[in-house]
Amino acid sequence: MSTATTVLSPRLTGATTARVLRQLRHDHRTIAMMVLLPSLLLGLLYLLWKDVPSLPGQPSTFDRVGLTMLGIFPFVVMFLVTSIAMLRERTSGTLERLLTTPLSRLDLLLGYGAAFGLAAAAQAVVTVTVATTVYDLQIAGSVWLVVLIAVANAVLGVALGLLASAFARSEFQAVQFMPVIVLPQFFLCGLLVPREQMAGWLQAISDVLPLTYAVEALQEVGRSAAETGTMWTDVGIVAGAAVLALALAAATLRRRTS
Amino acid sequence: MTDAVTVTDLVVDRGHRRVIPGLSCAVPAGRVTGLLGPSGSGKTTLMRALVGVQQVRSGTVTVLGEPAGSPGLRSRVGYVTQAPSVYPDLTVRENARHFAALYGRGARAADDALEAVGLTDAAGQLVADLSGGQRGRASLACALVGEPELLVLDEPTVGLDPVLRVELWERFHALAVAGTTLVVSSHVMDEAGRCDRLLLLREGRLLADSTPAQLRADSGTDDLEESFLRLVRAQQQEVAA
Repeated sequence: MSTATTVLSPRLTGATTARVLRQLRHDHRTIAMMVLLPSLLLGLLYLLWKDVPSLPGQPSTFDRVGLTMLGIFPFVVMFLVTSIAMLRERTSGTLERLLTTPLSRLDLLLGYGAAFGLAAAAQAVVTVTVATTVYDLQIAGSVWLVVLIAVANAVLGVALGLLASAFARSEFQAVQFMPVIVLPQFFLCGLLVPREQMAGWLQAISDVLPLTYAVEALQEVGRSAAETGTMWTDVGIVAGAAVLALALAAATLRRRTS
Repeated sequence: MTDAVTVTDLVVDRGHRRVIPGLSCAVPAGRVTGLLGPSGSGKTTLMRALVGVQQVRSGTVTVLGEPAGSPGLRSRVGYVTQAPSVYPDLTVRENARHFAALYGRGARAADDALEAVGLTDAAGQLVADLSGGQRGRASLACALVGEPELLVLDEPTVGLDPVLRVELWERFHALAVAGTTLVVSSHVMDEAGRCDRLLLLREGRLLADSTPAQLRADSGTDDLEESFLRLVRAQQQEVAA
């Protein structure tokens, strides 16, 4: 009758995913914000650049920035949502309780990753649809690849959020991990300044930041109708970084605390 | 009578403070053992050590034949923290079903656990909308749902009305009769009388390991609160002498 505790149980991971999604379902405003906010913000960018002429032969600024934002929104939003969710687990005592049950640490973290990954997929489908129809965003490649990259980014955000929350002792610290972990990746990802024009050492830092590859993958989809090898390599790197961060988060999550 | 829990020379530090300076005790199987003592006496720390979430400095804690916190124990030990640890943004039923799923049980077990704590009528309500006492019972249901062999309850009756409190104690004894070992902490001495066995703690030390009847006889008073006070005074005189 005793349920053996294993490193990973798909059943318990699924139970966690279902629970997190159920929590979301009770929070209608969060769902509305998650689904609609990126589209509204993208609309603001569209209006900002609508009347600014672009150089002939170059993609318009909105096409370039808007496409990149489709990857950055889920990354930032899911990082924040996860940090807060995990901190709530900690302060409410539910985390300690979960750790006394047969649920393994990896089950818990993967369960979160899957739940917010699914939420991000819904967000990405809506945002990409609005971007390509209402704002006329030009994407040479498949929009489904954009959705895929957005979901990979969201899972990366979740994984880094879980990892960061292990080091946050208070809500104040948790929110400040956002600028610490997200902003440098945003600055150096190649959107603000093309990577080729960066100082060598900045480019070296950019090389080891996962968001760089997510942005490169989106740029590949934006300019090439066919799937490129670079794009798939980039997606692989983003997914690999997410898995690495999840594993680190599981390793830093202590069952016994003082 | 076998022991469900054996604690030997347990030393626990929290921060720079030594909260348990070397404790040895045992908890008999199939009984309700009360962990009594004032706030700050180390009750919660000892309970955390039993369920394996407390970092210990030294000593051993053996639970149901295995070291406390062993993976194999996680489906056999239930823990209810002092502050209700359930999800406020889920309904009572959703909480119970989630913990049922973690213990490999179905929806039926979740409904039974809610019935046992008298929350069937509130099953569809969000935990955030419940009263403090109801939240505590929801938290208790989430541990009962796993039908653990050892149930560790940290002040489960705080904030409950007297009728409900009596009902819960009856429930605890029914569980014990069915073979469950219960460790129940309280800082209210009138609850001590309801336990089969008493462990009195003060400043992380074991002041008495007794039964309510024995404690009354030893101290020559029917009032357990008074018995506790006499024990404390006797110990202080020993230290002073």
